[in-house]
Amino acid sequence: MFTNDIKDRVLTGMIWSSAVLTMAFLAWILFYIVSNGLAYVDWSFITDNYTRTGDEEGIWPMIVATLYMVLLSIAIAAPVGIMTAIYMTEYARPGSKIVKLVRFCTEALAGIPSIVYGLFGMTFFVVALGLGFSVLSGGLTLAILILPVIIRTTEEAIIAVPISYREASFGLGASRLYTIRRVILPAAMPGIVTSLILSIGRIVGESAPVFLTAGMVARIPESVFDSGRTLTVHLYMLTTELYTQHDWNMAFATATVLVLVVLGINLTTKFISNKFSKATY
Amino acid sequence: MIMNTFEINDLDLYYGDTQALKSIELVIPRNQVTAFIGPSGCGKSTLLRTLNRMNDLIAGVKISGEVKMDGADIYADVDVRKLRMRCGMVFQKANPFPMSIYENVAYGQKAQGLKDKFQLDSIVEEALRKAALWEEVKDRLHSHAFGLSGGQQQRLCIARTIAMRPDVILMDEPTSALDPIATARIEELMEDLRRDFTVVIVTHSMAQARRIADKTAFFLMGELVEHGDTEQIFNAPQDKRTHGYITGDFG
Repeated sequence: MFTNDIKDRVLTGMIWSSAVLTMAFLAWILFYIVSNGLAYVDWSFITDNYTRTGDEEGIWPMIVATLYMVLLSIAIAAPVGIMTAIYMTEYARPGSKIVKLVRFCTEALAGIPSIVYGLFGMTFFVVALGLGFSVLSGGLTLAILILPVIIRTTEEAIIAVPISYREASFGLGASRLYTIRRVILPAAMPGIVTSLILSIGRIVGESAPVFLTAGMVARIPESVFDSGRTLTVHLYMLTTELYTQHDWNMAFATATVLVLVVLGINLTTKFISNKFSKATY
Repeated sequence: MIMNTFEINDLDLYYGDTQALKSIELVIPRNQVTAFIGPSGCGKSTLLRTLNRMNDLIAGVKISGEVKMDGADIYADVDVRKLRMRCGMVFQKANPFPMSIYENVAYGQKAQGLKDKFQLDSIVEEALRKAALWEEVKDRLHSHAFGLSGGQQQRLCIARTIAMRPDVILMDEPTSALDPIATARIEELMEDLRRDFTVVIVTHSMAQARRIADKTAFFLMGELVEHGDTEQIFNAPQDKRTHGYITGDFG
């Protein structure tokens, strides 16, 4: 009994300290970035344009390009991914050849290093399809990159919907499509939104596949066929030229904004998802 | 007017290689309560689920034989969605949708495309009244169904079924998860339901079958051992296995 008690305490201690360690790392990284960068984030830093000569050092074009990239990639990948997941879980026979094939493909896609996507995007979208270095090329490339995440997490969210809801709905003579639309998707919505949040984080965080396909022109893209530089690519560019303290400050300021943007996106999507699940009540 | 709602002829059902129902022959009379009794795994729930083709949802189910509802073979001549509208089902565990009370009851009609608010309102009220739930919920129709007690949730599921104006209500151990008071309320309700519907109920409780059923069918290991008037099954069973089960020798 005594030894069991000690084992219990040691294990509990380890679990606690692991949790605390995880939070501590997050807090440390956030504090490090924000404390070094926040002082240089002011209104003009956010709203100014950027010129290579150093006359203007704002990041407004990068913020806009990042938002374009997120909207475009999600707009392409979310419908495809969610519909694939619905097909895999609600329509296809479990264990059928097509399910196995699609699963193999998504798993293979998920394992490819992101720079390979960049290379593919550059040769296919930029060159072969003639879309050039553009937000569209970047968005398409990132859409493929996030597709496996969306499919997998949406599938899991749909599978987690209790079978009793399906029975109840079919038992009332409702069609498959109506059941999916009114019962299954609303119940799976928090999971689906989570998958979209993960994907947005991925889009905002990627650099290599973005500058290989969307280029790195630091001005506001006029259309989806225009090149654009996302915040992450901008940060990467800044860190290749760190000569003075001022360069460091600008890099940290950009990183601070990047972190805050991701945080903002997360909170907004959570808010929307709450609205979504309440809307069905 | 056909006297029997269901006529089941030589019905076999397999889950993969396991035979769950063995050449079942049974008629289920109209506007009466028929109870299926028997120990766990005897096939009584499986048979109930063949009546509205709920077994279609399970992979690997094979069925042979004939199930006729009002003279039409439900596995050949009847559209499965129409069948399920006419044969409502209430499940073992109350399974309201994660929606408001009103939306739960209106769900089936809305699924058929009914949009008229006035009609929906009156269908919802009528169904809730018939399920003896109206007085308890009329002031909070738009609050969430999960806020109801277990017994109320089960009556909500009955109301949801009634709202489809079915001919038959199938009940799969509807009170097994409820306390005695909630159970008594549902049994009272079934007294009224038999006037409008043919009711088929699967139950573990022989006392319940005895209280509410006009006809009782006793199942054992996939076979229909005996069926007839409830009084006769409980007071003068013909088969010694039935006698053994109802007197508590096994099961």
